Amino acid sequence: MSLKIVVLAKQVPDTRNVGKDAMTPEGTVNRAALPAIFNPEDLNALEQALRLKDQNPGSTVSILTMGPPRATEVIREGLYRGADNGYLLTDRAFAGADTLATSYALATAIKKIGMPDIVIGGRQAIDGDTAQVGPQVAQKLDLNQVTYVTSVDSVKDGKVTVTRTIDGGIERVEAPLPIVLTVNGNAAPCRPRNAKLVMKYKRASAPMERPAGELPYAEEYEKKPYLTVTQWSVADVDGDVNQCGLAGSPTKVKAVQNIVFKAKESKRLTGSDSDVEGLIVELLNSHTIG
Amino acid sequence: MNNVFVYCEIDKYTVEEVSYELLTKGRKLANQLGVQLEAIAAGSGITGKVEKEILSYGVDKLHVFDAEGLYPYTSKPHTSILVNLFKAEQPQICLMGATVIGRDLGPRVSSSLTSGLTADCTALEIGDYDDKKAGKHYDNLLYQIRPAFGGNIVATIVNPDHRPQMATVRSGVMKAEKVADDYKGEVVYEDVAKFVPETDYVVKVLDRHVEKAKNNLKGAPIIVAGGYGVGSKEGFDLLFKLAEELHGEVGASRAAVDAGFCEHDLQIGQTGVTVRPKVYIACGISGAIQHVAGMKESGIVISINTDPQAPINQIADYIITGSVEEVVPKLIKYYKDNSK
Repeated sequence: MSLKIVVLAKQVPDTRNVGKDAMTPEGTVNRAALPAIFNPEDLNALEQALRLKDQNPGSTVSILTMGPPRATEVIREGLYRGADNGYLLTDRAFAGADTLATSYALATAIKKIGMPDIVIGGRQAIDGDTAQVGPQVAQKLDLNQVTYVTSVDSVKDGKVTVTRTIDGGIERVEAPLPIVLTVNGNAAPCRPRNAKLVMKYKRASAPMERPAGELPYAEEYEKKPYLTVTQWSVADVDGDVNQCGLAGSPTKVKAVQNIVFKAKESKRLTGSDSDVEGLIVELLNSHTIG
Repeated sequence: MNNVFVYCEIDKYTVEEVSYELLTKGRKLANQLGVQLEAIAAGSGITGKVEKEILSYGVDKLHVFDAEGLYPYTSKPHTSILVNLFKAEQPQICLMGATVIGRDLGPRVSSSLTSGLTADCTALEIGDYDDKKAGKHYDNLLYQIRPAFGGNIVATIVNPDHRPQMATVRSGVMKAEKVADDYKGEVVYEDVAKFVPETDYVVKVLDRHVEKAKNNLKGAPIIVAGGYGVGSKEGFDLLFKLAEELHGEVGASRAAVDAGFCEHDLQIGQTGVTVRPKVYIACGISGAIQHVAGMKESGIVISINTDPQAPINQIADYIITGSVEEVVPKLIKYYKDNSK
């Protein structure tokens, strides 16, 4: 059967490669110093979606992302790997969203796209590590969910079978479609870009990414509608502004503090016999060790 | 009304340790707020097997949901239990483990109730909050404190206007302490069908393979942990000897695991186990932030490292500058000599 699949993807700062300039002298995060990347587990999710498309001819894979116009980069990366199209949710009203407001926006967009058979995304994004958006999107769409998926094993007769990680092991689960799946980092890595697709989609862009004034390659965009990425605002998806962004976020950040190791008063010893014996005796006398 | 609730995670008939840790924290928060502590236990055939132990952590009221189909866990039935119970009981705080189950269930419940949820908290406190923009003051909110941004910052999150204030906490981060074996709490056996519609039971667990943890790192009072500086598998044998003498457990940094010096399940840190032993002996561990995140609550930290500038030394109480193969045998020897 042909499947309609929506992949949830997020552009994130690469928190795994934090350099010396990642923090400003004032102690805030210097986002400019961190490269923006395709959230790693969302790539694992994309691979599962593309495999389903390979196995089920006629299936479509759409990338849905929310972010500033430059987040279209993740849509292009998806197109280069075999996705069919993409949707960029972008609006100032979406800014400052916690996971709940994000899920509301994504769920509203998914309804606008038209209910898919499978919504699939990474388990969590590396900038927040919350793992909340997948289940919350599922709840907002009133769909079942399976999280921590390591592989989508089969889809048939309106049911999907997946293998997932649980604490201390794995389990195999069968669930009816439509469904929301979140994929773990230990799932298969995403295939590389396909050179032909890179050529085809390299000028794909969202309207807001394009320069004001005369558009270079205007003719090409006219002839090839697939080079224009669908871009939606809150109004375009019939969203309620009060449920989006900061306004729609129950959680507020009260304080943010940098991690700096607090230097303790520490005792320096050498590896000499007397130092080591002295330490053991001290720990035994204070009943720290028995 | 307005009580503190803890969702107890149950593996067949056994309550997971993380739930006891949360009950302990929940008891403290409830005392501070002057409210009661309530707990939820859901599973199949759990009646008579979990109540006494749960109550002993100071639970005033335990809601038991015992029905076919509630074990193994699937998302929807457990969500319906919490959502419908919370609509009736209006808790102010709900805690659950930041486990695979808690991180599947928590967001779904919070989305249903439009309440905020903070994942993977490392500390929970009660405090006041001023919303300067709205000019509003809030008393006694739950401060949900968690690392963010790959562990580079620590954020304090509050949910001023929505209830319950929900948080998940990783296992091992908090301490489990019983209040009294005969703590007098009420047990309510709920009618599951009133909470969970039949249509919720659609996801089927076909099979599962679970291996019990081979070590007891989380509960160990003394941990001897090795890093890349241990140098080899044989080097780790030394650590096992020291741990045996001290009645402790052996842990490792990610670098040591990646180098193949020891098993993966010994890994301590952000992506491994979080530990809070009385004594942490770091052998040849440089102290990457991800490792420190998993052991910084340790009582006394002893660092053995050839590099006097190793980052871990900044949080160490005792710094022994020397190699593991030189120092560890001496620790064993002098412990044997002096402990008798």
